[in-house]
Amino acid sequence: MSKYLVKRIGYLFVTIAIVSFIVFMMLFFTPGDPATLILGNMSTEEAREAMREQLGLNSPFLVQYFNFVKDLVLHQDLGTSYITQRPVLQEILEVVPNTLILSFVAIVIAVVFGVALGIISAVRQYSLIDAIVTVFAMIGISAPIFWYGLLMILLFSVQLGWFPPSGFDTPSQMFLPCLALGIQSMSMIARMTRSSMLEIIRMDFVKMARAKGQKEVWVILSHVFRNALIPVITVIGLQFGMLLCGALFLEVIFSIPGLGRLMIESIKMRDYPVVMGGVFFMSLCVTIVNLITDICYALVDPKIAKS
Amino acid sequence: MENNKLLQIMDLCVTYKTQEGLVHAVNNLNLEISDKETLGFVGETGAGKTTTAMAIMRLIPCPPGKIEKGKIFFEGEDLLKISDRKMRKIQGKDISMIFQDPMTSLNPVMRISEQIMEMILLHKKINKKEAYAEACKLLELVGIKKERADDYPHQFSGGMKQRVVIAISLACSPKLIIADEPTTALDVTIQAQVLSLMKDLKDEFGTSMILITHDLGVVAEICDKVAIMYAGSVVEYASKEKLYLNPSHPYTKGLFNSIPKLDTDEEFLEEIDGLPPEPTDVISGCAFNPRCPYCMERCEKEKPGITYLDKEHYVCCFLYENK
Ligand SMILES: Nc1ncnc2c1ncn2[C@@H]1O[C@H](COP(=O)(O)OP(=O)(O)O)[C@@H](O)[C@H]1O
Ligand SMILES: [Mg+2]
Repeated sequence: MSKYLVKRIGYLFVTIAIVSFIVFMMLFFTPGDPATLILGNMSTEEAREAMREQLGLNSPFLVQYFNFVKDLVLHQDLGTSYITQRPVLQEILEVVPNTLILSFVAIVIAVVFGVALGIISAVRQYSLIDAIVTVFAMIGISAPIFWYGLLMILLFSVQLGWFPPSGFDTPSQMFLPCLALGIQSMSMIARMTRSSMLEIIRMDFVKMARAKGQKEVWVILSHVFRNALIPVITVIGLQFGMLLCGALFLEVIFSIPGLGRLMIESIKMRDYPVVMGGVFFMSLCVTIVNLITDICYALVDPKIAKS
Repeated sequence: MENNKLLQIMDLCVTYKTQEGLVHAVNNLNLEISDKETLGFVGETGAGKTTTAMAIMRLIPCPPGKIEKGKIFFEGEDLLKISDRKMRKIQGKDISMIFQDPMTSLNPVMRISEQIMEMILLHKKINKKEAYAEACKLLELVGIKKERADDYPHQFSGGMKQRVVIAISLACSPKLIIADEPTTALDVTIQAQVLSLMKDLKDEFGTSMILITHDLGVVAEICDKVAIMYAGSVVEYASKEKLYLNPSHPYTKGLFNSIPKLDTDEEFLEEIDGLPPEPTDVISGCAFNPRCPYCMERCEKEKPGITYLDKEHYVCCFLYENK
């Protein structure tokens, strides 16, 4: 187990290193002159040249990358915003809690309800409730996340007036965006749980558990579900990346000051360091979630921890 | 009802609803087994052996399966009538089951000690520590070192897994063990080991056993009584000696003729002509009549009843009716 863990954490660092390289390459090769962006069109060529020298933009590619990594590792420095002249990391840290709360609550909703609905529809296969869950899950999977956001604002805020359509400070403000973000993953997880459960439920060890005189509830939870969980964990891990992406759209729709809004504003202003910082930060989140997924795997499946 | 019978099955009918139609997996099956007896339950694939076993355990998947009619008396009580709760007290404790494929009958994500303890904790009023100690004792009993109690199923070979399953089935000293082709999935050399282990433990625990198999050699080795099953019902039932000396039903004769004999010089094995009926076919009269070399006009119209050749030997065939 500990060997497995060390290996996985090693992978994490390799992934981060590769991501940092790709992010830096994008920064390096994007057209546009940072000095002009910072100083404005009216600035003189000398002033721009001095600015380039100051930013280290005249050094060769690898030297610049080395400096980028050095700043990142030693000073946790992701660069400086062209527009506000503040450190990128600071800008990101100010808004990222909202994004994380949004994603986290959404994935919790998705896992709890997705798994529960999946179990119910597997246990009651071909029943009315199974049919209802299946239809809603299909709808849930097929429409894009931002569409749910718009739909919910129209229904719950504009028509019914139950929840506010924007902001992210009170629970009632958080409810709609979290729900809108969770629906797609919930549907996916429900489908996966159902099919995985149905595959396991026919197996001999399940009959064996029943033949022991075990109660059906425990047969389902401690035998079927524990085995069915393994593919479901994969889906949950993959869904988190999608979810983070969806969060960016929903932040714009619900006017939530989060990473997504920051990035979209920065793209509009061509504030590349902030954009790249955001991308790097998101990759970091996804990588960490993958690590957690791998650890969960090892906890559930004894074959993985041993080999 | 006689009292010395541990299990008595009367007129059991089980069907499965499938896309091809209704499968009559078990048809008017009659069977009985006494205390400490080993009953060999022999028949081709699809004869309905597993279905019968599952019906006794009340584990027929429903749907598609359904017990249409019949009675299964266990210690004088009809298992098909009692409540689920009462049945759960019998499952595992009084009747336990060994499944055909040891590779799939253990839960891959549970330690084997947990799987044995599950059985013990369900039926005995003892704490976890005592149950663990008992699980270790059971493992040693079936020839597995107790140091391996905390291993997972994938760390064991097929034969070892079947030993673990045997340990589970014995955990509560049941009165009846149903073993559904317990060695079919194992290597030949392992088969003999596992069989002799089962025989020894069965004697030690004083348990009755229904041994489902299609191997008459296995029957000869460890059974007291034999029931021959064809297309969902028992066609001949006798003590082992009587059956081997005097196989009577044409199907039984066919089975014996298809075993190679070492003491004669026959070049060809005789085989039974034809194929077993399609599961959804309903054959009028005796189910075996299309393949029977002695088939008479009557066999195609009527179902033969039970004819006793002597006290412990009956056969369902018109050939013997008047004798
Ligand atoms: N779950 C099921 N659904 C549909 N048909 C089944 C099912 N289980 C068994 N059967 C049918 O019932 C018949 C008897 O099967 P089974 O009891 O497994 O025979 P055996 O164990 O003697 O090989 C077969 O024709 C089989 O196709
Ligand atoms: Mg079978």
